[in-house]
Amino acid sequence: MSSTPGTKSKPGTKSKPGTKSKLSTGSLRGLLRGRLGSGAPTPPPPATAGDVLVEAADITVRLGSREVLRGVSVAARAGEVLALVGPNGAGKSTLLGALAADLPVDGGVVRVHGRPVEEWSAPELALRRAVLPQSAALSFPFTVEEVVRMGRAPWARQPEVYEEDSDDTAVAEAMAVTEVTGFAARPFAALSGGERARVALARVLAQRAPLLMLDEPTAALDLRHQELVLRVCRARARAGDAVVVVLHDLGLAAAYADRVAVLRNGRIAADGPPAGVFEEGLLSDVYRQPVEVFPHPRTGDVLITPKRGS
Amino acid sequence: MTVLDKAVEPAEPVEPERSGGAVEGGAAGRRAGGGGSRPVAPGRRRAPFLLTTGLVVALFVLVPVAGGLGAYPIPTGDVISSVAHRIGLGGAELARVPESVLWNVRFPRIVLALLIGASLGCAGALMQGIFGNPLAEPSVIGVSLGAAVGAVATIAFGITFLGNWTVSVFAFVAGLITVFVVYAMSRSGGRTEVVTLILTGIAVNAFAGATIGLFIFLAEDTAAVNQITFWQLGSLAQSTWPKVLAVLPCAVVGLAVSPFYARKLDLLALGERPARHLGVDVERLRVVLILVVALLTAAAVSVSGVIGFVGLVVPHLLRMAAGPGHRFLIPGSALAGAVVLLAADLAARTIVQPAELPLGVLTALIGSPFFFWLLRRTRRKQGGWA
Repeated sequence: MSSTPGTKSKPGTKSKPGTKSKLSTGSLRGLLRGRLGSGAPTPPPPATAGDVLVEAADITVRLGSREVLRGVSVAARAGEVLALVGPNGAGKSTLLGALAADLPVDGGVVRVHGRPVEEWSAPELALRRAVLPQSAALSFPFTVEEVVRMGRAPWARQPEVYEEDSDDTAVAEAMAVTEVTGFAARPFAALSGGERARVALARVLAQRAPLLMLDEPTAALDLRHQELVLRVCRARARAGDAVVVVLHDLGLAAAYADRVAVLRNGRIAADGPPAGVFEEGLLSDVYRQPVEVFPHPRTGDVLITPKRGS
Repeated sequence: MTVLDKAVEPAEPVEPERSGGAVEGGAAGRRAGGGGSRPVAPGRRRAPFLLTTGLVVALFVLVPVAGGLGAYPIPTGDVISSVAHRIGLGGAELARVPESVLWNVRFPRIVLALLIGASLGCAGALMQGIFGNPLAEPSVIGVSLGAAVGAVATIAFGITFLGNWTVSVFAFVAGLITVFVVYAMSRSGGRTEVVTLILTGIAVNAFAGATIGLFIFLAEDTAAVNQITFWQLGSLAQSTWPKVLAVLPCAVVGLAVSPFYARKLDLLALGERPARHLGVDVERLRVVLILVVALLTAAAVSVSGVIGFVGLVVPHLLRMAAGPGHRFLIPGSALAGAVVLLAADLAARTIVQPAELPLGVLTALIGSPFFFWLLRRTRRKQGGWA
């Protein structure tokens, strides 16, 4: 993935002579649309590694009368993969939902690109973060390619300054890295669960937002594609994006995350690099299941397995 | 861990069609079609163009034919000649009687059929987009019957203080009130749950139906009862130019506004949250489009009574032929709805001459079995509707 935030379109910056007419028709179109809706949203400035792109500061979330998150603080920085792990019901997806502005917080504040999330409009947020939901649904029989192309919608009102920003390039690239190009013309509904999950991921990648939030992207995938998805996450982080990913597989988290936040009963139990966070006492306690953590005999990578029988 | 997203799992697993699982692996290096060309099924790209052409041709054939056919036949050539004369392109005025039949009886009816057909087709496509359910229809949320309550009230109680426009105005106001009641009742916590909205619509439909029954019971005389029944069956038999004028503003505004929301409706197919993630202000989209649907439906109901299935069958057929993209579906449904209703009305008034079939009965007679077939076919093909 070559989509560092720096390559995104920047209206107002110097443009090649050839793109000038394109720009002016684009702004004219923006003006016309501006009369009907709000004006075109401004894309984010390029982030530098280490910038906090999304953070939750001491947030509390209630669903009904139950407090699902209590005083949770977490931050995702440009250039790193942050994994959210924890047992079922610990609040991982709720936390992701709060970070994605799907759920209102009952205390504390969520900031995206430094601004409280409710101050952004929906079109502005769409240029700043992409979200992969846990399950992908589709109410009409669109084809795979049409679904992936929907990821380009936030950029519809932005002038294309650079060739590599074009919708076609972004869509083709996203489909190639998720290995869905082969069934581009098939209806989404005709795909298997794992194929749908990859198409949904392709749509999210095509959005080319500097902040990615993925809710269990590997749940429906086979071994090869689990690895592939997390390699994509890491590549995006290396290219300067921030990636927040909910994972169940601790081995994947240990292998690919730069930082891991372990949740337990709506609180952060531990937060830090996987090597520091994944230790037997903590994991055994959090998951209420004895766990063994040991280095891979050949590579030295962290391996995590439940203690069985013996 | 929230359970919100887990509730919307696809209804049932579907068997992959065509190439099966052969595409697994090794696709990483493959580019999309090479050189940025779009790998969309070729039929689907041509279909909108072919359909539009076909429908426009059908329109240009049907209008003069419909103008000529009826209890007082006028040769199609004379119809064209008279139209050409009126718009200053040669031709010649007809004798007094055919000229009068054509311009005071046939053409208002044709124009009304086109307007109402376009409104119903467009309203159906919008409604299905808003609810993400290809089986949704304006009558589902109670607009049609709500508007009918207003119209029936004027007939039953002999209300005429707004003159010729009384029925239209009452139907429109009652229709709007109905939508707002449904919308307010099904809204909680700043969101509108689709299921709640549809269930509320069902309740409102039942209440509106009962109210109409009550009005019939309370009606002043048998003439009023007959009029209500006739109107309930759905008909364009009493078309006049003032009625065209009453419908025109609502229909034109609704038809002009809706195509601007096509892209957003496409995104809404992904679900509310993903649409919001892609920058759609879902709540605002809903409010605007529900208003538009109310406008279109109330306009249609006020002059013609309840004419069902146009808003259901027309978008369905277009979706099957040209894919679900709303950029074609919305204007296409308006165009196809106009053609279909004009043809249906032509059939309704010529099949059993000199009598006339109620238009609503005809559309339901043809529409419901067709819809039933469509239902089974689509379900078999798609493996259910999420």
